[in-house]
Amino acid sequence: MQLKTVQTRHVPVQYLQGGSGPALVFLHGAGGVTADDPLLAELAKTHTVYAPLIPGYGDSEEAPEIRDMLDFTLHGWDAVAALGLTDPILVGHSMGGMIAAEMAAIAPNDVSRLALIAPAGLWDDDHPIADLFATLPYEMPELLFHDAEVGTAMLTAGRDLTDPNFLQTYLVNNARQLGMAGRILFPIPERGLSQRLYRIKAKTVIVWGDSDRLIPPVYAHGFKKGIAGAELVSIPEAGHMITLEKPGLVAAAIAKLG
Amino acid sequence: MKFTWFNLMPWPYLPDDFRETHRSVWVDIDQKLFDPAKSHEVYNTYMDLLEYADTLGFDGVGVNEHHQNGYGIMPSPNIIAAGLARRTKNAAVVVLGNSIALYNPPVRVAEEFAMLDCISGGRLVAGFPVGTSMDTNYCYGQIPSLTREKYNEAHELIIKAWTTREPFAFNGRYNKLRHVNIWPRPIQQPHPPVHIPGGGSVETYDFCIDNTYSYSYLSFSGYLRAQALMNGYWKRVEERGVDKSPYRAGFAQTILVADTDEEAERLYSEHVSYFYNRCLHVYPGFADAPGYRTIKTIQSGALSQYAPPTGGYSTLSWKELTEQGHVIAGSPETVRQRMEELIKGLNVGNIFCLMHVGDMPADKCMYSTKLFAEKVMPKLRNMFPDWDHDNRFWTQPLKDRVTAGALPKQAPTREELMKTYAVEA
Repeated sequence: MQLKTVQTRHVPVQYLQGGSGPALVFLHGAGGVTADDPLLAELAKTHTVYAPLIPGYGDSEEAPEIRDMLDFTLHGWDAVAALGLTDPILVGHSMGGMIAAEMAAIAPNDVSRLALIAPAGLWDDDHPIADLFATLPYEMPELLFHDAEVGTAMLTAGRDLTDPNFLQTYLVNNARQLGMAGRILFPIPERGLSQRLYRIKAKTVIVWGDSDRLIPPVYAHGFKKGIAGAELVSIPEAGHMITLEKPGLVAAAIAKLG
Repeated sequence: MKFTWFNLMPWPYLPDDFRETHRSVWVDIDQKLFDPAKSHEVYNTYMDLLEYADTLGFDGVGVNEHHQNGYGIMPSPNIIAAGLARRTKNAAVVVLGNSIALYNPPVRVAEEFAMLDCISGGRLVAGFPVGTSMDTNYCYGQIPSLTREKYNEAHELIIKAWTTREPFAFNGRYNKLRHVNIWPRPIQQPHPPVHIPGGGSVETYDFCIDNTYSYSYLSFSGYLRAQALMNGYWKRVEERGVDKSPYRAGFAQTILVADTDEEAERLYSEHVSYFYNRCLHVYPGFADAPGYRTIKTIQSGALSQYAPPTGGYSTLSWKELTEQGHVIAGSPETVRQRMEELIKGLNVGNIFCLMHVGDMPADKCMYSTKLFAEKVMPKLRNMFPDWDHDNRFWTQPLKDRVTAGALPKQAPTREELMKTYAVEA
């Protein structure tokens, strides 16, 4: 995957691009996405993958004027337009799934294929979603992965979570990235999507890990119920970071969109 | 010098094993630990102590705002301040302050502060904190990375509401108001003095300098650790080319006075330990919501006041806490010396004296407070003679103020009333 930049109304948007085949736009979750992401690699085998970074992610420029759900949604469309794409396969994970669903709801005639991987955006009082913003670094793997030990290794890539220099960088990245994500996820990751799901016309596949402890799989049913004809693919032994844990199976589920 | 007697209002009944058995004193503190019946006495004693400080000649009595917090049972400082406005005579009522990003619309703060200023006869010091992340984000749900923008808008609206003499429309991002026209408005002109609690961001330094507000560093870790931060502030003041009046700055310090240094330790060490070990036991996940602090502030390494020293407070003994200046405690002479160091070292004219600590009972608190007022405060009065006349950062009360509760003991008789008003029956 190559890191490139395209100009939009608000800011230059960084995006990862790779592979060949039909165009597919991947919207990342609150943790961001990197060039070595295994799901992007899988998808790039059969698609031209574009993965734009939300402003403030990685070392991309921040966009103070993107504040609320509508701003994020329209910015998503701005990025697709800037990439010169028409009706790409739209895929989103977690926060990215929330944005992708909103994009499909607001412009139902512009999206014909949609994949939502453990998307945020709904809220059920009986199954509250854990507070990502009050979770300490060392508590993350347990929340995000089926296998916390493997998850720790993936998240830290061998770095020492108690090293002050690492923590300083971590805090700055966190402030930039989760600070931006907080605009649609804090304090409750719900901005009215449930009222708009009915508008989605796209052929939709919903992918969820059975061991998702951040957004429990029960939420899959809310999406399935809200989007006409949506298909649910449940994947065993996978947590919220299913994109890292089971990239092959996720790519296979997305392939159902044709 | 301006000495403000400050009470955080800690809950005094946290169990001995609080640290071990509870994750946080703040945000998700155990509901069961609060006993409303006991709080009746706690609140009234705390308010009595604030009133007592007024009788001893403190320049101000201070309150602040916290939510869902075991060391500050004052979600609405204005309610306490209303009581103080009535029951104190001379002290400024220092509300440090109202977290203005939390109120919708913020004109509510302009109105309540105006009421306090009117009731107290112009004795209000108005504080406008951004609010801690625990209060503002985790308890009150404000979006961290938009909190400052919302704060700035609220500030603009409040000042405009205080100083504009005709109704106006305010089209903000967070507040859309067709008819802003607060009624009442404050006695003090153009508005009550404003103090801004800050934690080391250069944006806040500039905000204070631009508006002639006093910058207050409310730390619990004492004056020695505050030096770097306050140096940063004074450096900025110098860069901006404004005067270095010590009243441009305030500092909060835990102070405990006894007859001797040894007596201070015997009397107060358990309460200090209660505060530093139980009251400051905050779950680190609530310390700083991502986006709450600016990148510049994080990169400058200015740590949250709530970040305990490496290893935690629990390892700090009385000796270490006093030697490192977290707490200034001892005989009147010891306290005088250390206060002088603090005042000169930080160049601060406003001292927020944290004289009630943890689960300290009222009698000990009165004893310490009286010793400070009588044997320490007078000797610190003349630290900045060149700035005696700087009245930009303190209250300008009415000269003639009424005494609350001064109605006659009985209603007049009919005859008396007829006579007074010269009306015939």
